[in-house]
Amino acid sequence: MTRTDPLDVPRPHAQLHFGVFFQGVNHWTVWSAPDSGSQIDPASFRKVAQTAERGLFDAFFLGEGLRLREVDGRIHDLDVAGRPDALTQLSALAAVTRRIGLVSTSNSTFNEPADLARRLSGLDLLSEGRAGWNVVTTDNAWTGANFRRGGYLDHADRYRRAEEFLTVARALWDGWEDGATADSAGARHWSVPGALHRVRHRGPQFDVDLAPTLPRSAQGHPVIFQAGDSGEGRDFAARNADVIFSAHGNDFDDALAFAEDIRTRLRAVGRPDDDLRILPGTEIIIGATEEEAQEKKRWIRFQQVTPATALGIAGLLWGIDLSDRDADGPLPEEDPVVAENDGSFGARRIADPRTVVAEWRAKAETHGWSLRETVIALGPQRGHVGTPSGLADKFAHFVRHGAVDGFNVTPFLVPDGLDDIVDLLVPELQERGIYRTEYTGTTLRENLGLRGPLTHRTARDRRQAG
Amino acid sequence: MTGPALHLAVEIDGDGAHPAAWRRAAHSPDQLLTPRRVARVAAVAENAGFTLITLDDGVLPPGASPDPVGRIGAVERAAFVAASTSTIGIAPIVPVTYAEPFHVSSQLASLDHVSAGRAGWVVAEEERPEAARAWGRPLVADAEAQARESRDGVEVARALWDSWEDDAVIRSVATSRYLDRERLHYIDFTGETYAVKGPAIVPRPPQGQLVVLARPGRVPAAQLDVALVEGRDLASVAAATAAAGTPRVFAEVEVALDTPDATGAERVADLERHAPWTDQGRLRHIGPADRLIALLHELSRHVDGVRLHPLVLDEDLSVLSRLVLPALSERRLVARPLPGTSLRSTLGLERPANRFAAAAAAVAAQEDAR
Repeated sequence: MTRTDPLDVPRPHAQLHFGVFFQGVNHWTVWSAPDSGSQIDPASFRKVAQTAERGLFDAFFLGEGLRLREVDGRIHDLDVAGRPDALTQLSALAAVTRRIGLVSTSNSTFNEPADLARRLSGLDLLSEGRAGWNVVTTDNAWTGANFRRGGYLDHADRYRRAEEFLTVARALWDGWEDGATADSAGARHWSVPGALHRVRHRGPQFDVDLAPTLPRSAQGHPVIFQAGDSGEGRDFAARNADVIFSAHGNDFDDALAFAEDIRTRLRAVGRPDDDLRILPGTEIIIGATEEEAQEKKRWIRFQQVTPATALGIAGLLWGIDLSDRDADGPLPEEDPVVAENDGSFGARRIADPRTVVAEWRAKAETHGWSLRETVIALGPQRGHVGTPSGLADKFAHFVRHGAVDGFNVTPFLVPDGLDDIVDLLVPELQERGIYRTEYTGTTLRENLGLRGPLTHRTARDRRQAG
Repeated sequence: MTGPALHLAVEIDGDGAHPAAWRRAAHSPDQLLTPRRVARVAAVAENAGFTLITLDDGVLPPGASPDPVGRIGAVERAAFVAASTSTIGIAPIVPVTYAEPFHVSSQLASLDHVSAGRAGWVVAEEERPEAARAWGRPLVADAEAQARESRDGVEVARALWDSWEDDAVIRSVATSRYLDRERLHYIDFTGETYAVKGPAIVPRPPQGQLVVLARPGRVPAAQLDVALVEGRDLASVAAATAAAGTPRVFAEVEVALDTPDATGAERVADLERHAPWTDQGRLRHIGPADRLIALLHELSRHVDGVRLHPLVLDEDLSVLSRLVLPALSERRLVARPLPGTSLRSTLGLERPANRFAAAAAAVAAQEDAR
């Protein structure tokens, strides 16, 4: 691969965007390493956010937990757990960062628009236009046990509620016209008369009547992110989102197919097909040589998938408690039990455990793998492994062919897991002309190279057309 | 009462306690909701030596209708301020009349983490019926129902703060266990209007329990650390204090001080042309700084602290910083909080034992005794 600008690619001037995901719960965070730090100390969040900002990342993401995960009715104790409320933590980070976007994963099922839209606006103003909202939904009654509403919402209704939620939130965000707040100390009124608009919304999910309390920020609205991969989720993103996360960032062909699908859906709803940034989640493992990188990957995988974790993952697949088995021995001889998923271990749904187990057995036999080795080898193959230079070439290929707009990096170590990406990979990307050398704007929307918020654009387009 | 006689808190929402305070502010309205302004007011209060700032809030816009004023959510402001200050206590006002207690508990526990143990919570109610329409929730109509929501909300939040024992994160490499699930607890709260399972998502806050403040009567005294008492004169404040039954009592005092440019009375009169400064039954001091100092001296015989509500922050905060706090400090009537000290310690309150850990210890002791 050449280092000069190859012009025979679909997007010769495409730029790669990075986000960082401060992981909450899952076994990918290696908590057992000696240099693994606190998952709750504010210093950890500050370190990751400031390192990302040094590396000119677009955004820092926080997930949301609404109930601790359980296995067989007992709290899952093997993985990192315990995290701050996302919007509260991000508001603190707004004070100690300057340019990086601050994105909160917030649930549209167990929040109300008046409250959440206002909290997001607050973050947007405190960060001067750097807020984002990753819209997620929940449909299980198990999570509902922590909320006033209790067990709640059909699967089919969750996106309907999310979409209506967004409609109300956007109406609130648009409730103050630009320049609605008086700009002179001697003004007769605090706001410009007639520039504030009540929001009255009556729909199947929400019946509200309220006065918005906040002006728009420097970027108009918080940037909208969406993570669902189902057809429903993709359509929702095509209609509503500015950025879509995906699990399609490992294999080039798979990533390109996903991107083409998203572009088709965008065109179908009348949006330009470059209107949505595609940022797959990924892990990046860097070594000085290919061999070193592969060796590091192997070490990381064995840290992530401890014997207990391997038995836990296999137990979920088999539907049997396997915690007393030997992870370094052979696969269980029993057939899997197909059980109803109650949502207590996240959204993971295994369509047909029997087929998966048969595959696992065949592969394990061929390669002589233990159960733990099988779990590692056949688990989700996320991430990119290589040298800084090799990875930079690969990412240039991905982005210039329109397979991704960037990656949302999940460091395997907190809080230092970004250091080698920022120090070693970013300069290589810059050298190839696919990564900024300084922030291109002051807001998250500007840095992502996005057009204005959808509602504003629609209004402007309508005016231009009319 | 031990140590310095008086702790001073100041309410810093918006431009001041008067609904038209923005008219005398030193900035234009469009500067109110900027990070610079939010950080600056907190810095002035911290530098002046206040123990605590409180931040008013509610779902409805403040200010005198039809000229409402914008307001950033108190929890977001508090977290932002926590990251830009180092010693002052920070207590947002968070009503749980309609909010989800699980979210409120997480937000406040997180505030305690980001402030390294400087967080408090002022419990208040969303009293106006319009708040229910804004939330899209059934109206919580009368005072009794509102008190019920506050009581239950505080009970849930407090139980969730204890639902992780302090050392629940064990990171045991030998057993591959990150958590000790025996040290995590379902709270299984069932109230009149909702139930909450638990445990929390946020590990136990640094203070164990945040400092909870409220007017007496809205939240049971046993759930309160600090009662915020009202009364138009010293006698009624003293009576309310005696009746409070809480570990600490703060008196609410509204102030409009004489400034180099105008007397307190002139400033009040100026703003009254636009909107009334509604009498909420609180002590009100309008006049020179030395008389406020005398009043605070008097109050120090009855209460542990005073929460000041300045007429206009830009005007009164500067008089408080220059004249009032230094004079009180000189007389050793107040002491500024020390770096690295939790709000609880500053107020002389103990870090509470974890109810679940205490229960487990009691069972163990009983078994040992057999």
